[in-house]
Amino acid sequence: MAALRLMVRTVGEMLITVGLLLLLFVSWQLWWTDVTANREQAVTIEALERGFQSEVGARRGPLPLPEEKAPLPEKKAPLPEKKAPLATLKSVPLGQAFAIVRIPRFGAGNARPALNGTDDDTLTRGIGHYRGTAMPGLVGNFSVAGHRTTYGRPFHNIDLLRKGDVIVVETKESYVVYAVDRHVIVTPKQVEVIAPVPEQPGVRPTQAWMTMTSCHPKFSARQRYVVFAKLVKTFPRASGLPASFMAAPSGAVG
Amino acid sequence: MYGAIWRRLPGPRPVKAVVALILVVGVVAVCFLWVFPWIAPLMPFNDNSVQTGLPISEPTSFAMGPAPQ
Repeated sequence: MAALRLMVRTVGEMLITVGLLLLLFVSWQLWWTDVTANREQAVTIEALERGFQSEVGARRGPLPLPEEKAPLPEKKAPLPEKKAPLATLKSVPLGQAFAIVRIPRFGAGNARPALNGTDDDTLTRGIGHYRGTAMPGLVGNFSVAGHRTTYGRPFHNIDLLRKGDVIVVETKESYVVYAVDRHVIVTPKQVEVIAPVPEQPGVRPTQAWMTMTSCHPKFSARQRYVVFAKLVKTFPRASGLPASFMAAPSGAVG
Repeated sequence: MYGAIWRRLPGPRPVKAVVALILVVGVVAVCFLWVFPWIAPLMPFNDNSVQTGLPISEPTSFAMGPAPQ
């Protein structure tokens, strides 16, 4: 009898322990990952800003060309006026931060680092750039993924973006301004959302798009919430970004 | 189980309580710092990218070139 009592009590205590550990895991996932990721991403933003500034100080005159040039068929037409310097970020190593993404709709001062790659580890450290998709401001589709919940949840409020909302992508060379065009909700397999022309795989792009993907619904990974934005303008870093682009729209998340 | 642990802790009751607290904090710390980060990628609710599957290695030519202003 005593043995039975001991067994029942031990099993009961173990069940309680498992329950507590599950609760602990949920609080870690939903709360602690935000705490650590927000801290880490703020440090990354500061480092990027410092790097961008020293870049401007060190570099005067024409930008160096990327070492390896892809054949540009439209070379024959002379470029109209002086173009803004474009991101020549082809050689960003995987997992390295290369840009700051600011979305005023998500609150004044909203800033998240963009890193190269979309593996799990990279996505805990900021917004991940799909490898092989265009770099900010270039013709094609600058495609990024970000967490909807947990790990700093950079795209928590992606469903609040409205047509015309501004997204500013700051690189060492320029401020690239996109405006939200539309959104779709797709399955995780619908990779055509990051095609050079969004949703039209195989079509040759003539415009610069940006695609953002995130979980949908919140706390699930069943679908993807996808927002498409179109290039408005690229401002060279030297000329600065007009303040109007960073103004938080009415109804912005605090 | 917990009774056995409690009996095995050294010292009078207040000391036992402090040691027990340290043990609890230790278990939470081990979970937060190592165990949970290790199992989180195995959970089904953390994906947010579309599954490209194919390794897109090199930017294709259409990804290059200046954008229309």
